[in-house]
Amino acid sequence: MIEFQPSDDQALIAETVRQFAENEVRPQARTCDETGEMPAEIVSAAHELGLVANALPEAVGGGGERSAVTGCLIAEELAWGDLAIAVGILTPSLVGLPVADFGTDEQKNTVLKALCGSEFQAGALAITEPEFDFDVFRPRTTATRNGDHYVIEGRKCQVPAPGELPMLVTAMEGDALQAFLVDAKSSGIDRKRESNLGLRGLATEEITLSGVEVPASARLGGEAGADVRSLIVRGRVAMAAMAIGVARAAFETSRDYAKERETFGAPIATRQAIAFKLADMAIEIDGARLLTWEAAWRLDDGKDALREATLAYQQAQKVALTVSDGAVQVFGGHGYIRDYLPEMHLRNASGFASFEALSLV
Amino acid sequence: MAISFEPTENTVAAKEHFNSIAMEQMRPISRRYDENEGEVPTEWVEWWWNTGRKQTSGKLDGPSDGFIQACVQAEELCFGDAALYLRMPTPALGGSAVGAAGTSEQKVQFLKHFHADGGHPIWGAMAITEPQAGSDASAIETTAEFDEASDEWVINGQKIFCTAGKGSSTVDGGFTVVWATIDPEAGRAGIKSFVVPANTPGMELVGCEKKLGIRASDTATLRFENCRVPRDHLLGSAEVKKKDPKKAGDKGFKGVLATFDASRPIVAAMAVGVGRASLDFVKENLAERGVEIRYDAPPAELTALERDLMEMEAELQAARLLTWRAASLISKGRPNNLEASMAKAKAGLAVTRITQKAVGLLGAEGYSTKLMVEKWMRDAKINDIYEGTQQINQLIVARRILDYPSSVLR
Repeated sequence: MIEFQPSDDQALIAETVRQFAENEVRPQARTCDETGEMPAEIVSAAHELGLVANALPEAVGGGGERSAVTGCLIAEELAWGDLAIAVGILTPSLVGLPVADFGTDEQKNTVLKALCGSEFQAGALAITEPEFDFDVFRPRTTATRNGDHYVIEGRKCQVPAPGELPMLVTAMEGDALQAFLVDAKSSGIDRKRESNLGLRGLATEEITLSGVEVPASARLGGEAGADVRSLIVRGRVAMAAMAIGVARAAFETSRDYAKERETFGAPIATRQAIAFKLADMAIEIDGARLLTWEAAWRLDDGKDALREATLAYQQAQKVALTVSDGAVQVFGGHGYIRDYLPEMHLRNASGFASFEALSLV
Repeated sequence: MAISFEPTENTVAAKEHFNSIAMEQMRPISRRYDENEGEVPTEWVEWWWNTGRKQTSGKLDGPSDGFIQACVQAEELCFGDAALYLRMPTPALGGSAVGAAGTSEQKVQFLKHFHADGGHPIWGAMAITEPQAGSDASAIETTAEFDEASDEWVINGQKIFCTAGKGSSTVDGGFTVVWATIDPEAGRAGIKSFVVPANTPGMELVGCEKKLGIRASDTATLRFENCRVPRDHLLGSAEVKKKDPKKAGDKGFKGVLATFDASRPIVAAMAVGVGRASLDFVKENLAERGVEIRYDAPPAELTALERDLMEMEAELQAARLLTWRAASLISKGRPNNLEASMAKAKAGLAVTRITQKAVGLLGAEGYSTKLMVEKWMRDAKINDIYEGTQQINQLIVARRILDYPSSVLR
């Protein structure tokens, strides 16, 4: 039966995360963006909520509640609070969920148990490459088998700064797209902190891999390998949900401002020029969210979702950019000033044109 | 319950059923009745009356998607032909008004002919718009005065843009629901709706419009000169609440407007049907020439054609899902005023753009009447106008999200 209401459990999780985003995340959003520093106490608090571990298998200490739809609800609420902090909180999933789906027992034991431990562990995914014609399904980075190890060559960017855990690197092994768990301290790796238009609170790196050797057992899934393509599809659904969270934040911020700001003796929200813009924002956000939920539902139902995920992500990218730009416009000159949030939402929203992920929900 | 996009077997069966009607009964005569505006599409009207309306859509036991299924029906039939859909001999919007505001006696009295086994095709319709009052329905000037002596309402005025109004006003057994004021001083509170049976003396069919699209649908102008209907042909109460016209006073008018909350998702679904006809055709046409959409191609490699087609697909599906969400709330008996207007605004505009893009993508062929895409473009545009224009629906959405009454956001 077609149903647009989340289950009671899903609604409870979404409400919990919404409150967390409102009370903990949002108040830190501006500082995080200005200083470029992730508030560690918020990341720890989110870890204690179990937002990542809840979706990991019970066998390694997780909650066993994997659902792309639930993941989308969580991702939207966190991104509504702040995109950089949201990604900071969820980086463990970038490695954890691919390992949960395709990892060998050994990989699960090392990575997942660490993620389900008492301390937060950052995850790092090296998927994007700094080229205008980057093809996420056919990266230029290569992995070549040489006896009992692989040699990886390539350049990656937008990599959340690696912590203790190995980072996940996508590469072409001949004609096959695969992923490898690579220790960020391996020789042949050169790391540089990036500076980007948005997502400034999240430390990200450009990483060059020159003749980096990893053991054969570092390939995700070992000898069997992994269906990395399906992980990219999942990633698109998650990124779409985050884009919607950013759009909703921009919409609500400008809606509230429009009810307070007066021109010619009345709030600007009483003018159709502003009111209709806000109405269009609300309609487009809901439309993109339903596309995203449909793609997520297909994943949970075990259906192929490349088409739906791609369309949803494209739509969500467009909506996030249009809505956040509209929010700056509603604020007028104040929208351009860093005292208010819309300019940050606009900078963050424009990143979705290049963001890709493996799984994340 | 949880978020799900899996239609029930009932919905799937209904989709197949109405799709086969669309392809077998409607498409073959679609062009002909577009070109012969005003002609009654007899074979379609007779087929629906004698056969179509009596068929079940493969109704099964088990769960139903409720009002979403009605949207699926509207989408499929408008995938066939939106104008022929509007020409179907049914109570249509007149029936919705009777259903929403009528007593059980009135429902039986006015709708029974539509359920009769035999008889001949008949139509219902709703007459709201006047030459000087469209979106602002509270500005209508048609009057209804009560004549104590004869115990009748006497209607005077003129109505335009009455969909199916030719059939509803001239074929015995049908009826037109007419909006009129019983107290011009009372503003919105004075507006009531009246059932005027076909061929009631004093009601005159002035003529039908010549239109951009939906040409097989009769869009009538009706004149009322001392048109008398019995007292019990008023839908709802005759009481005019004058206390505060901005608040409690317009409950009655709001009741009348509430029928839009059910009709707007249907119109949105109709729009989606026309848009899908166009998009499916373009995709199939281009696929025959080797154009396939690559959903996994990097942005730098996507062709302009692929980008256009992907955007059209996403826009159409967003419109459909917003429509189904609004419909789902109806099934649950929950308010859907916001969601219905969101769906209508989105679908009306998305489908207008999709069908226009389809004409452009096919070049000169798309512009030619040899293909149907030019017709679908003409048929689509009305969806962004009737049952509340794009702008009226934006206004309703804006009032809801800003929590402003109509007195504040005008």
